[in-house]
Amino acid sequence: MMLTLVGVGEGMLRDQEARTRGVGADIIIRPAGSSAIGITPPNINEKLVAWAKEQPHVTQATGVTIQPLGGVSTVHGVDLDALSKMSGGFTFIEGRPFQSGQEAIIDEYYAKEKKLHVGSTVKILNRDWAITGIFRGGKLTRMMLPKTVLQDLTATTGKVSVIYVKLDDPKQTQAVIANFKQTLSDYPIYSMDELATQFSVNSIPELKTFIGVVMTLSVLFGFLVVFLAMYTAILERTREIGILKALGAGQSYVLGILLRETILMAIIGSLMGIGMSYVTRWLIATFIPASMTQAIVYMWWPIASAITLGGALLGVLYPAIKAARQDALESLSYD
Amino acid sequence: MTEPIIAIRDLRKTFRSGEVDVHALRGVDLSVAHGEFLAIVGPSGSGKSTLFNILGGLTPPTSGTVLIDGQDLMQLSDSGRTNLRKKTVGFVFQKYNLLPTLTVADNIEIARDIAGVTGPMDQQFRDVLDTLGIANKMDRKPRQLSGGEQQRVAIARSVVNRPAILLADEPTGNLDTENSTAVLDLMRSLNKKLGQTILMITHNPEAAAFADRIVHMRDGHLHAAA
Repeated sequence: MMLTLVGVGEGMLRDQEARTRGVGADIIIRPAGSSAIGITPPNINEKLVAWAKEQPHVTQATGVTIQPLGGVSTVHGVDLDALSKMSGGFTFIEGRPFQSGQEAIIDEYYAKEKKLHVGSTVKILNRDWAITGIFRGGKLTRMMLPKTVLQDLTATTGKVSVIYVKLDDPKQTQAVIANFKQTLSDYPIYSMDELATQFSVNSIPELKTFIGVVMTLSVLFGFLVVFLAMYTAILERTREIGILKALGAGQSYVLGILLRETILMAIIGSLMGIGMSYVTRWLIATFIPASMTQAIVYMWWPIASAITLGGALLGVLYPAIKAARQDALESLSYD
Repeated sequence: MTEPIIAIRDLRKTFRSGEVDVHALRGVDLSVAHGEFLAIVGPSGSGKSTLFNILGGLTPPTSGTVLIDGQDLMQLSDSGRTNLRKKTVGFVFQKYNLLPTLTVADNIEIARDIAGVTGPMDQQFRDVLDTLGIANKMDRKPRQLSGGEQQRVAIARSVVNRPAILLADEPTGNLDTENSTAVLDLMRSLNKKLGQTILMITHNPEAAAFADRIVHMRDGHLHAAA
């Protein structure tokens, strides 16, 4: 559970980073007062796109409108020609780009999860949109609509959520950002590399807290499961413990056996947990590839194993001490 | 004359059952020589199992003197009694008391492990396994064996560390006549071959007849056989 949840957190961040990098921009301008990542309402004046294009070293700039659809789902309004040019072009697995106002394009993962094809319709913002194309994933988002249509529909005409900027020479990135900041002092402006560093668990306090809660629950869960399992097992094995004591086993011998069993159980449990994280990754990738992405976070293997072992040892301590102190004669009489 | 391996003087054991004191042993005197095969016969409630448990270090005496191979049980702590079970005394129980999840080999091996014995089993013990007829059943689990075979495994386990004394509590209690005779013959044979002292508790006079000497127990007292 721990590895899956951490993997989902990490996987979604990595996926978002990869899709953001897929835009092909060197600089990102976000609305004043917004954080580096997260869903941003469209409140940047679109005239800034044209202004940005005129700045030194800037070869392309395009604004994108982001509309939340509930949860972490969003739909993006884009200038497809500009975005295509900046990102190196879209690869359409099926169909073609949108052309008219009521058309949408989706990526392969969204199509797979929702079982959509070219010609299907999808309901977005209470309207039916015809899907005209399914593109190879890794470009900005999973669902795209014509920007002007989305702006009109959401009463944000002339506003964008993010401006992506491409330079003639990436080495000039910091100089261009410095130039931008002279005019747009309240706007968070990031180079792509700076933004990439923000796509980590440490940059999102809520996610960090969530992982902390998951860890705590895992220790508690491990403790309770092992405690109850070992308590019951020891009760069931009272007679066996009596036999061992009749053979001359002391408290430390009985304690040693139970601790070794618990450590073995924790190791097997950890290995099964690692295996299960691959299974959940496959399930997510097969059934809900657009909604979630799970990464395999190798760094967490020893952490999760240590937490499992810690919880298990905590859980076995009382039952094991109780077993070790059991009276041999009473244990032998137990049926 | 050599010192007896078991010397009991005025042994008493009183249990508290609710608010009543139960006097299970009321002044037992007994001497058992090295290599002797002794049968203690008596009805249920006569105190013979209590005597068995005290001699095996499973429960402490209330008063009296009990010397086992020179060790005074009254002076032994809990860990001292654990050591007695590990090194000096082996048990054979009526219910066999084998560990059900282990094979025959592992049931025997765990007794060696508890005693801290390492290395392969010696030839003398392999001969014992042949005598007991279980040498070819070492990889079986107890549930795959008959009652007689399980009891023979229990005997093998009890003698693997060469304890000076073998305590057997109704070793044929769960066996049919044929298996009972076989087990008693084997115990008799091991007694002669290994020179171990055997104390067998039974209520069956036919089983007791395999012993060198028989003593009777009634109401917490021992009486020599008539």
